Amino acid sequence: MIEFQQVSKRYDDDHTALRQINFSLDRGEMAFLTGHSGAGKSTLLKLIMLMERPSAGHVIVGGQLLNKMPRRQVPYIRRHVGVVFQNHHLLFDRTVFDNVAMPLEVMGTPSRDIGRRVRAALDKVGLLTKERMNPMQLSGGEQQRVGIARAVVNKPPVLLADEPTGNLDPALSADIMQLFQQFSQVGVTVLIASHDIALINDMNRRTLVLDNGRLMRGGDLPAAGQKQEREQEVLRGQ
Amino acid sequence: MVNKPAKAPRPGTRRAGPAPARGAKRSKAPLRELLDSYFSHHRKVAKDSARRLWQAPVASLMTWTVMGVALALPVGLLLLLTSLQGVSAGWESAARVTVYLEDQLSLEDAGRLRLDIGMRGDVSEVELIDKSAALEEFRTSSGLSEALDYLDENPLPHTLLATPSEGSRTEAGMQTLVEALEQTRGVAQVQVDLGWLQRLNAITELLGRGVWALAALLAVAVILVIGNTIRLAIESRRDEILVAKLVGGTDAFVRRPFLYTGLWFGLGGGIVAFVLLQLTLWFLSEPVERLAALYRSNFSLSGLAFEGTVALIAAAVLFGWLGAWLAVKRHLDAIEPG
Repeated sequence: MIEFQQVSKRYDDDHTALRQINFSLDRGEMAFLTGHSGAGKSTLLKLIMLMERPSAGHVIVGGQLLNKMPRRQVPYIRRHVGVVFQNHHLLFDRTVFDNVAMPLEVMGTPSRDIGRRVRAALDKVGLLTKERMNPMQLSGGEQQRVGIARAVVNKPPVLLADEPTGNLDPALSADIMQLFQQFSQVGVTVLIASHDIALINDMNRRTLVLDNGRLMRGGDLPAAGQKQEREQEVLRGQ
Repeated sequence: MVNKPAKAPRPGTRRAGPAPARGAKRSKAPLRELLDSYFSHHRKVAKDSARRLWQAPVASLMTWTVMGVALALPVGLLLLLTSLQGVSAGWESAARVTVYLEDQLSLEDAGRLRLDIGMRGDVSEVELIDKSAALEEFRTSSGLSEALDYLDENPLPHTLLATPSEGSRTEAGMQTLVEALEQTRGVAQVQVDLGWLQRLNAITELLGRGVWALAALLAVAVILVIGNTIRLAIESRRDEILVAKLVGGTDAFVRRPFLYTGLWFGLGGGIVAFVLLQLTLWFLSEPVERLAALYRSNFSLSGLAFEGTVALIAAAVLFGWLGAWLAVKRHLDAIEPG
């Protein structure tokens, strides 16, 4: 479902964010992406949601090569990639319902379907009773769950999450992870960027470890011995 | 175009094994349903944009007024100009050639001459004013009746008033007619005063061009004002634009609310312009009528006809939309997640 082949990303100022990344995630697979801050986690996610383009290599999502995707096709790709942001990106000028409905509105979903599907998504994250509230009135954990409902409301085959538990206490974080697990069980490919090592260890899932733009573990090519060592260092350091 | 999921590349379709029902269901959505939802989205966005303007009534009213004044000014001047042209056209058609006959010509000869001139193709009507009738008229209109009593004989000649026919009411046509009449035996003098008409025509033409130039400048100003207002609206809805783009909103989808906002600004501005014009007309109509009466003219300021009103409002809507489009083109594409 997601495939990176020799992907590198250099920014204009000669800063190399990613170096020759290789990995692939199957349908229904759930994986974590970790590494110190600045290791390239966000850049990797941005490549999948077409907020950035790779400098070299191939990024393939759902069989589509994203490298040369023309600009006007980008929205149609994004409709198949649900994204949960650390800072939610919720809009406070409208209700929870209207926030969650946005991905359906941009797709031109008929309004009677919108109601049904938004409520299904809100039910899934346990916020059905709060659909008429403003997101501002909700707690941090609830806001994050609204963000998740919005990411999955149009049932995308790929779900990305950037530090989804960043501001939450362990119990809430576990709840959120439980949700992600449920999505992967119904066939959604889930990739979660996080530096919460304890949580990642609890989940016992495939983990991609980035260090200075290199993929140290979890990729498709067997990692070299010295890389293993460095990676242990990284994990201990956090 | 937003609603073309059927054409959109769907990452889900290439995977092995049976596709889940959701993807298939979406691609099977009949065209009618897509169109319905497309138009219902347009309706929704149009309503939402109007509601936003309504919720900030003072700001909206100010924009509408700026636009209304800028539109009413050139349209008002154009109306005035059209009224003036109507006047000069009326006078032009009434332009008559005065032919003074020689003193010693008898009334019978004058009558014959009248018939002769009346036969000409470029003359539609000839009226004979004999010298006694002319004196009588002069006596009553000048108020010099007592002084005239001292005169031994009537100093006025017989006069013919020739009305040029429709086709010869041009400068060249008049020239030919005047020359021909001057050559006629028994004619002492031919008088036609076209100079002031030509001057009036030249002035109205100059004014006309000036008004159009002014209208063009004000149209540009209106477009820029709307563009700037829309730019501010874009800035204040930056988060919303970002989210819409992140969840797969196309450029057209993101632009739509702002284009509708421009359209509503235009419509409101057009209506304000119409109201201002009607008020000004009402305010001016009485003094204009009095002035016209003093000049014995049936001149009156004409308001906008139905077609004119429709054209004014359509132009206003177009300017609003155009301003919004410029702002959207310039500022919206610059907002990209990342």
